[in-house]
Order: sequence, then C-alpha cells, then structure tokens
Amino acid sequence: MAFFEGLKMTGGYGTGPDIINSCSVDVNRGEIVSILGPNGAGKSTAMKALLGLINLKSGAVVINGKDISKLSPQDRVREGISFVPQTKNVFTGMSVEENLEMGAYLRDDDYQNIIEEIYELFPILREKRNQLVGELSGGQRQQVALGRALMIKPSVLMLDEPTAGVSPIVMDELFDHIIKVKRTNVAILMVEQNAKQALNISDRGYVLVTGENKYSGTGQELLNDPRVRSSFLGG
Amino acid sequence: MDFLNAIILLLNYIFVPALTYGSQLALGAIFVTLIYGILRFANFATGDMMAFGTMVTILITWYFQSIGISLGVLPTALLAIPFAIIFMIGYMLFIDKFVFRYYRVNKSPPVQLAMVSIGVMFVTQAVVRIIIGPSDRRFFDGERFIIKAGEFKEMTGLNEGLAIKSSQVMTIFITLVLVSILFWFLNKTKTGKSMRAYSDNEDLALLSGIDPKRVVMITWIIAGILATIGGALYGLDKSFKPFTYFNNMLPIFAAAIVGGIGNPFGAFLGGYVIAFSEIFLTYAYKKFFMYVLPASMEPETLIQLLSTDYKFAVSFSILVIVLLYRPNGIFKGKVL
Amino acid sequence: MRKHLNVIIAYAIMLGLIVLVGIFQSWNVALSIFNMCLISAVMTMGANIQWGYAGLINFGLMGYAALGGLAAVLISVDPVQEAWVAGGFNILMCLCLIVVMVFAVRFVLKNFEKSKIRTYGIAAIIIAGIVIIRITSEPSIEAIESVNPATTGFLGGLGLPIVFSWIVGAFFAAGLAFIVGKVALGLRADYLAIATLLISEIVIAIIKHEDWLTRGVKNVIGLDRPVPYEVELQTKEWFINLVAKFNSGKLDLMTSIADKQAALNQLVIEGSSVFVKLCYSGLFLIVVVVLLIITQKALYSPWGRMMRAIRDNEEAANAMGKNVVKQHLLIFILGSAIVGIAGAMLVTQDGLFTPGSYRPMRYTFLIWVMVIVGGSGNNFGAILGGFAVWFLWIEAAPIAFFLINLFTAGLADTHAFKIHLIESVPYFRYLMMGMGLLLIMRYRPKGILPEKIEIK
Repeated sequence: MAFFEGLKMTGGYGTGPDIINSCSVDVNRGEIVSILGPNGAGKSTAMKALLGLINLKSGAVVINGKDISKLSPQDRVREGISFVPQTKNVFTGMSVEENLEMGAYLRDDDYQNIIEEIYELFPILREKRNQLVGELSGGQRQQVALGRALMIKPSVLMLDEPTAGVSPIVMDELFDHIIKVKRTNVAILMVEQNAKQALNISDRGYVLVTGENKYSGTGQELLNDPRVRSSFLGG
Repeated sequence: MDFLNAIILLLNYIFVPALTYGSQLALGAIFVTLIYGILRFANFATGDMMAFGTMVTILITWYFQSIGISLGVLPTALLAIPFAIIFMIGYMLFIDKFVFRYYRVNKSPPVQLAMVSIGVMFVTQAVVRIIIGPSDRRFFDGERFIIKAGEFKEMTGLNEGLAIKSSQVMTIFITLVLVSILFWFLNKTKTGKSMRAYSDNEDLALLSGIDPKRVVMITWIIAGILATIGGALYGLDKSFKPFTYFNNMLPIFAAAIVGGIGNPFGAFLGGYVIAFSEIFLTYAYKKFFMYVLPASMEPETLIQLLSTDYKFAVSFSILVIVLLYRPNGIFKGKVL
Repeated sequence: MRKHLNVIIAYAIMLGLIVLVGIFQSWNVALSIFNMCLISAVMTMGANIQWGYAGLINFGLMGYAALGGLAAVLISVDPVQEAWVAGGFNILMCLCLIVVMVFAVRFVLKNFEKSKIRTYGIAAIIIAGIVIIRITSEPSIEAIESVNPATTGFLGGLGLPIVFSWIVGAFFAAGLAFIVGKVALGLRADYLAIATLLISEIVIAIIKHEDWLTRGVKNVIGLDRPVPYEVELQTKEWFINLVAKFNSGKLDLMTSIADKQAALNQLVIEGSSVFVKLCYSGLFLIVVVVLLIITQKALYSPWGRMMRAIRDNEEAANAMGKNVVKQHLLIFILGSAIVGIAGAMLVTQDGLFTPGSYRPMRYTFLIWVMVIVGGSGNNFGAILGGFAVWFLWIEAAPIAFFLINLFTAGLADTHAFKIHLIESVPYFRYLMMGMGLLLIMRYRPKGILPEKIEIK
C-alpha cells in the first residue's frame, strides 16, 4: 500500500463527460512521480481529483491508509497535501516572507523555524525576503511558490507543470530544487510537459491517454520504452 | 506681516477645509477600495450605506440627548458612533447574506454584482428617507470652535483670522487614528494579511487554507466601521442630507480610482488629492495676491481658475485624466 | 405565433394596466403615464443597444438625455437679438478658439514622439487655451446674462419647429458619445460605468452653470409645441363638435339646455387635454415603432450577429478580424444618440427645460432598472421594461398609500407612526424599484422577456 493513492478515479467537470476513467496513481514519501501524456489526456484533471477540486463519480483517494475522498480541498490541505498551481501560484502584491506566512496560514504554532528551513532550501529567498514577489524573476517566483507550499510541512506535494514557461537553465535549477525537496522525505507528484527531463529526475512515471493509465514504470523504463518514446518523447 | 496674512488666509480657506474634506473622502474611498479588492465589485451603494450609518448615529444621538446624556464640550454623536457601528455591521452582514452572497457563490461577473449593488442603493436610499426623511439635519452639539477667527485676530494681531472648528480637528484626528489602525491590521496581523492574500489571488488563498467566509465577514465589518465613521464625521462637519451622501459617492469613487482601486493606502491619499485639487482650483486667489504682491500689481479679477460651480467637475476631470494615462491609478492598483 | 405568446401576453397585461388607470383614475393620468412610458421605452432601447447588443455599461444616460433636452431649447427658442449683439461675436470667437485648441493638440499628438515634453506641451496648450477663452468670454458672458435676465439672459436658439430637435438632440448626444467613447471605451466594464457616470455629471454641471447657453437653473419655460394648445382647441368649432359626437349618449340624456352646455364645456376642457396628450402619443409612437423596426432589423442583420459575437467573445471576434474597438465606438454612439432623442422628446412634451432636475437616480439608474427588468438584448423586452418600470414608478405612491392604510388600519389617523409613514409615501417607489431589481436579478436574471435569437 503506497503512502498516497488515487484508486480507479472516474469523473469530470460538473455534469460533463468523464475526463478521467478509472485512473490510478500512487506515490510514496521520498519519491518523485510524474504524470505524463498528450494534451487533453486528463493529467491536470487527475491532479485536481486528488486535490478534491472536482467530484469523483467512483474511485477513492487515500493518504496513509485514510480515505479522504469526501474531504473538501481545504481539509485535504490539513491532511498534509500541498499544491502548487501552474499559473498564479504566488501572491504578487505581498513580500516573499508574507507569501511564506500565508502558506503557514493553517499552522497555529510558531512557524519561524519553518521559514528558516525554507530559506536554507532556497537561499535566494532570504536575500529577497522583504521584496514584493511581483518584482522577482520567473525562477525566483517558482521558488516562492514551492516555499509557500512547503510551509505546512506537507507529506505530499503536488506540482502542476512547475517548469512551464521558464528558460531551460531555470528549469534545470528548478528540478534541482525539487530533488532537494524530495530528500526531505516528501512525496512529490507532478504533471509535466517536458517529459524527458521530468522522467530523468523521477523515480516512477505514469503515461495517461484519454484519461486512462496507458503505461507506467520507473523513469528509466519509460524513457527506454520504444512505444513511449515514439509517441510522447519525440523519438 | 502681509506674508503671514497670506499664509493664514490659505490655511483658513484651503488647507484646513481640504484636509477635513479629504479625510472624509479618504474613509469612503478606503471603503470602496476594500469592497472592490476583496469582494470584487464596484459598490454603487457606497454613499447610501454611509447615509444609513449616519442616520443610525443621529437616531442614537437623539435618544441620548433625550435622556440627558452628553459629552460636554464634545458632540454627543461621538458616544453614539460605537453603537451605530454595531448596528451598521449587522445591516451590512444582513445585506451580504441575503443579496451579495448568492452572486459570490455563483461566481457571477463583477458587472452583475455592480448591478445588484444598484438595487441595494435604491433600497437603502428608500429606507433612509422613510425613516429619517430627505431633509437637512444638523446633529452637532458641544463646543463648535476651537479657535474662532476673531479670537485668532486678537491673539496675533493679524488681519486674517484662522477659524478651526472642533469638527474639523475631530475629523482629521479620528481619520488618522482609524487609518493607522487599519493599516496596522492589514500589514501586521495574520487575519489582515490573509485578507490581502485573498484580494491578491483568491484561488491560491483557498489552497493555503484561508477561509473565504471569514475574510468576507471581516471585510464587511471593516466596511461598516468605515462607512459609519466616515458618514458621521461628514455629517458633524457639514450636515446630514441623504441626497448629498448619494452625490458624495462620486468624488469618493474618483478618490478610490485615482489612488489605484484595490489599494487602501492609495485610496487614503486619493481622498486628499481630490479634496485639495477641488479646493485649489476653485478658490479665488484675489485676496492672497493682494497680500503678496505690491499695491501696483494688485489683481482686478477674482483670479479664480474655475468657478465653484465646477467643484465636482474638477475631481471628475482628474479622474478621467488619470484613467487615460494611468488606468491603475497614481499609486498602482490591486495590491491591497 | 406560439413562440411570441409571452411577448403578446406581457404587452397585453401592460396595456390593460394603463387602461385600468384610465378607467379608475382618469384618462388624462393614463395617457400621461403612457407618454412617459413611450419616452422611457426610447431611452431603454438606447441603453439596451449598448448593454444588450455589445455589453457596454453606460451610466451616463443622464448626460445624453440632458443634451437632447438642450437641443430642444437651442432649436425651438427664438434667438435673443440683444444678447447676440451684446456678446454673440465673442462667444463665436471662443468656439473657434476651442476648435483651434483641439486641432493644436491633435497636431502635437500626431507630429511628435510620445515623451514627457509632449505631455507637458499638451497640458500647456490646454491650460493656456482655457485661460485665453476665459479672458475673452468673461465680459461677453456677463453682457449676455445681463440682457433682460428675468426672461432671457441667454443667446436663445434658432426658432425652428421643436420636432427638429429630436434629430439634433441625437447628433448632440452622438457627438458627446464620440468623445466619451474615444476616451473611456478601452476601460474595463466597471471602470467604464464609473467613468461614464462621472462624465455625465460634468455635462450636467456645464448645462447647469453656463447660463449664457442654457439659462442654467433659471430654467427655460414655454417651449413651442408640435401639437395644438388646449386653450386654442377649446375654441375650435370642429373640436367641440367632435367632443359632442363622442359623448352624444351622455349628453342626450340631459334635458335642460343649460345643463347640456355646462356638461359639454366641462367635457371639452377635459377632452382638450386628452386630445393633446393623444397627439403626443401619436408622435412618440411613431418614433418608438421606427426605432423598433430599425433595431430589430439591425439585430438580425449580419452586423447584429457580429455585435453579439463581439459581446460574447471579444477575443475570438478580434482574432477573426473584426475591429472590436471601432464597433464598440459605433454602438456607443448609436445608443447614446437614441437616448438623446428621448431627452429631446421629454423636453418637448414638458415644454420646459430644467437643468436642475437631471439627477442620476431618475435619468440613469432608473433607466437601467428598466433595461434589466425588461430583458437585456431583447428590444421588445427593453420597451416592456420601460413601460412596466415607469408604470410602477408612478403608481408606487398610490400603492404604498393603500398598503400603509391597510396595515395601519388599527391605528388612529393621528397616530404619529402612521402620519410619518404617510408622509414618506413618495420614497416607497425607491424601495419598490430596489426590491424589483433585486428580485429580478436573483430569480429571472435575463429579465421578463429574455433575449431570444432565432436563426433565420
């Protein structure tokens, strides 16, 4: 039994058609798992289902053996599931430190030491702590977004295309940061467009097609699988 | 000596009145901007909500006066304001629950909410006029002047008098205190920061576990406080007339937009920008120049840039210019 | 037929209500309500074109209506010769100066790169222009305003038949809309609402305070009518015969000649004012029907389809090569022009122009209630909204009076609470408007007659 699991999830937006069909993903602590697939495969939808942003018709979401399928997104945050959206993932009008504080909104204890930990992880943020996030570069913003999500000390961190729209150099840097986060014993689940690079740092990966699991395996397995290569990795 | 006279003249006719008027506008503008930033709509009921708060203040003041409670030199209304605020907050939350909440939950476009606020404006206006009537009411009691023009002249031996009304001092003082507390709240407390976060990025705020219901409720509470105090101070300084309050909505909107809508500090400054420009541009400087210039160069006309009839038009023109050149306002909008 | 059933029923109910007023109150009241309903319907159509067809919020309706009213004055009043002699030349000079100033600004805008210096230059031109205009105009304005101030004190108009002003009013409003549109249409929806509201206040401020042009708050009264006057009618042979014919049943019952004559006189007086109102109704009805035909045709034309496409998805329409900005400006001008017509019609009917009476509650927000209640995007809905809301606006007071009496029946007539309520009867109309708007927005957000587009 994995630490965080989505089991045979089926559902879609509102009363519309099902976008994902008995789709299953799981991730353990200290592991990076990527969800890949062509456009419209239901990658983001699967992630939203795990977060509780859409209602499931069938299937379940389980964390640490506890069924959380019926919980609201806010309550899932309390269970230790943190999410970094693809866009608009920082409070641009607030300072770096305030962003981190907002990440810790649900914590009632003193979170100053966690902020220190985040600064250890992303040293640039300590430098810019009083600067407005809107004035930071794209890569720095992504670090703020990661930092905000880490403030609740999540056991599961979900990332929706963390490298969308950043330059290749920043992308490598970000992946390094994600690996650093993984070492703190967090389960990381991410949706990625840059499939090759993502699989390179992933322990495992899933390939979704039309909302169903098509292939799965370790990162290396998928990278070497000729069918996956030809259809998604560009040969 | 003439130079001093000129300065006192400007203080008396421009600076003190503009500062007072600006404070009154500032409170309203912060009210507009908070609603806009957090609830995301232009609240056309602003003026009438302020009138409602003032009306409650007046009714409680009358009650206090009838049972013989007074504050001596200070107006009784000051004592009534806290009670009026409580009532006003109740009214705001009531309206929100039965009117605005539905559209918020359904994620209606801001335009629809603005239309709904027009419905609220009609209703509030009717309620105010039915309860207290449309006529002009003064409810200031206590000592009216801190310095009278005559006394000032005697004291200093100058030609020009400086009159400072206690309502003016009260307005400026209370505004500064209230605004300082508000900014401390928004920038230093967890709840205040969560409001700014909600205004900045609603979805991310939800993902961070910020409770939207709580944010909305606190917004209405602050709005109730601002509307009541802003309205009551205006009424104490000038007089209470429902139609004037409705009209005041316009310069208040101008102040909020000039300051950058969604930005409370901008709205605060915007209030003074509007007030000072209205008074600067419509003041007749003849007397001032008579003091400053030598007798041979004394002006014949009033030296008034615009007639006072265009007082409102000044603030609206400023608004139009700002909208054209800096649509986000002088102080950049949407950062709460 | 079936699919238009709700339209027919709604209009039948509306007309039935007006007829009921005619029977129970008087035909005079019913007709004056009907006429105002027609004028409101024209205004509502103007707003509906902007909001329903293109999604533009124009909270400046008041300003356009006032300009239409101003047109009525400037067209129909006879020119005041003395005033022209006293200062007309200078005023014309100032108008030329304004034109020169505008062209100077345009010239600078076109021929210089955008820079700080250019901005300051434009500001300098405008300020200098204002100062020069003030200096040249001040003495002549004073001269004009001192010409017989009790009756004229302004330049007067052209002395043409007032009906022309309906067209001129449309052009005035269109001119203002062109300027406002150029300035404000790029703004987001709610900013546009606020900006137009404030600009209309500026327009009203000018109309109120430029006495040389409009007599300001001294009002212009006794404008010429396009229809006969009651007093004249009462002396006309044919009219008396007409009234006698209409009421022959009633008159024949009377035996004494004197009684008959007295009754006839009474009927002629009543009849004359009904007749005048009917004339107005006819004129207004022509306008409404013509506008309705044009707007309906436009709605179903390729142009109307394009407007809806722009409204529903601006970006897509833009991507398909439709010039959104230009179309928005066009529709803003058209809608405002229609409001201008309505403004001129209103002043024509009243026979007087009172700048002080233009208030946003009555001329902007009430019209918006009409649009929302009637059904935005649907011309029949807009007209119905104009009728229904105006009817309620007028009849709110009697209804409120009736309800108050009903609910306070247990109280003595001298009870302070009851007296207070009865004194505040006029304000119940605001309450009813507000409640009506809120209920419609909540439970029937598309209005009584929702927009329905059939593909033909």
